[in-house]
Amino acid sequence: MSMQPIKRGLAALVLMGLALPALAQTTVSDAWVRASVPHQQSTGAFMVLTASSDSKLVGVASPVAKTVQVHEMTMNGDVMGMREVKAVELPAGKAVTLDPNGLHVMLMGLHNQVKEGDKVPLTLTIEDAKGAKETLEVQAQVRALNADAGGGHDHMHMNH
Amino acid sequence: MPAVCPTTLARAAQIRKLLRGRDRDLFQVVFITLDPERDTPEVLDAYVKAFDPTFTALTGTPEEIAAVAKEFKVFYEKVPAGDTYTISHSSTSYVYDTRGTLRLSLGHSLNAKECAEDLVTLMEIC
Repeated sequence: MSMQPIKRGLAALVLMGLALPALAQTTVSDAWVRASVPHQQSTGAFMVLTASSDSKLVGVASPVAKTVQVHEMTMNGDVMGMREVKAVELPAGKAVTLDPNGLHVMLMGLHNQVKEGDKVPLTLTIEDAKGAKETLEVQAQVRALNADAGGGHDHMHMNH
Repeated sequence: MPAVCPTTLARAAQIRKLLRGRDRDLFQVVFITLDPERDTPEVLDAYVKAFDPTFTALTGTPEEIAAVAKEFKVFYEKVPAGDTYTISHSSTSYVYDTRGTLRLSLGHSLNAKECAEDLVTLMEIC
């Protein structure tokens, strides 16, 4: 009879174990922001996102800038453009890279200079396949203005 | 300038490091803004010098910039993005010799090493 409470406890643990994988979880790694010079109006933020279940990145906010948008670099012949993207697909288990040569976050209307070594808070809004939203707080490291773009050029060469 | 130009300017800085002696001394990077309303001279100068202190930036009135772009056959246009805008533009860098003759164009897909090799060849034959 005295075993009852323990059994109930175990049952609860099992339920929790089953419930965990159902929670959409997104991890962010290598988040960084390119430093700006004084009075520069915008800069980019970059990172690698991996979602545990099919999700979408639907918004990014930061206190350092007036407007934050996700942009995609497009090449149309020799003409390079930036297009705003409303959502970035995060397929389950796949690392999605936001880098200077493809999809990236633009911090526009910077309130202050972003200096190398600073941390920039970013709030990411992730929506799972059921439409449930969660927010993720990320501290992005500020790297030098001339920091490497992340090998995008080499990628282009592999396609030649 | 925030996403495209850092890639091109970072490449230009790498090219300069790859060049040696007289070739390096002759290599002068000039960056001309396509967005003179947003890029003030102070910001432009600090920006390009963050990549390499020898780099120079130029600006002008929107009319002057339009005329220069036309001369260089550079395409550019403002693209609205929410409450702000971005600028789409052609991504080729042009190489002039010391007499002002156009010698080479460097496409965006070339890496720094390839550009430096082309420049060394050019400097040998010119």
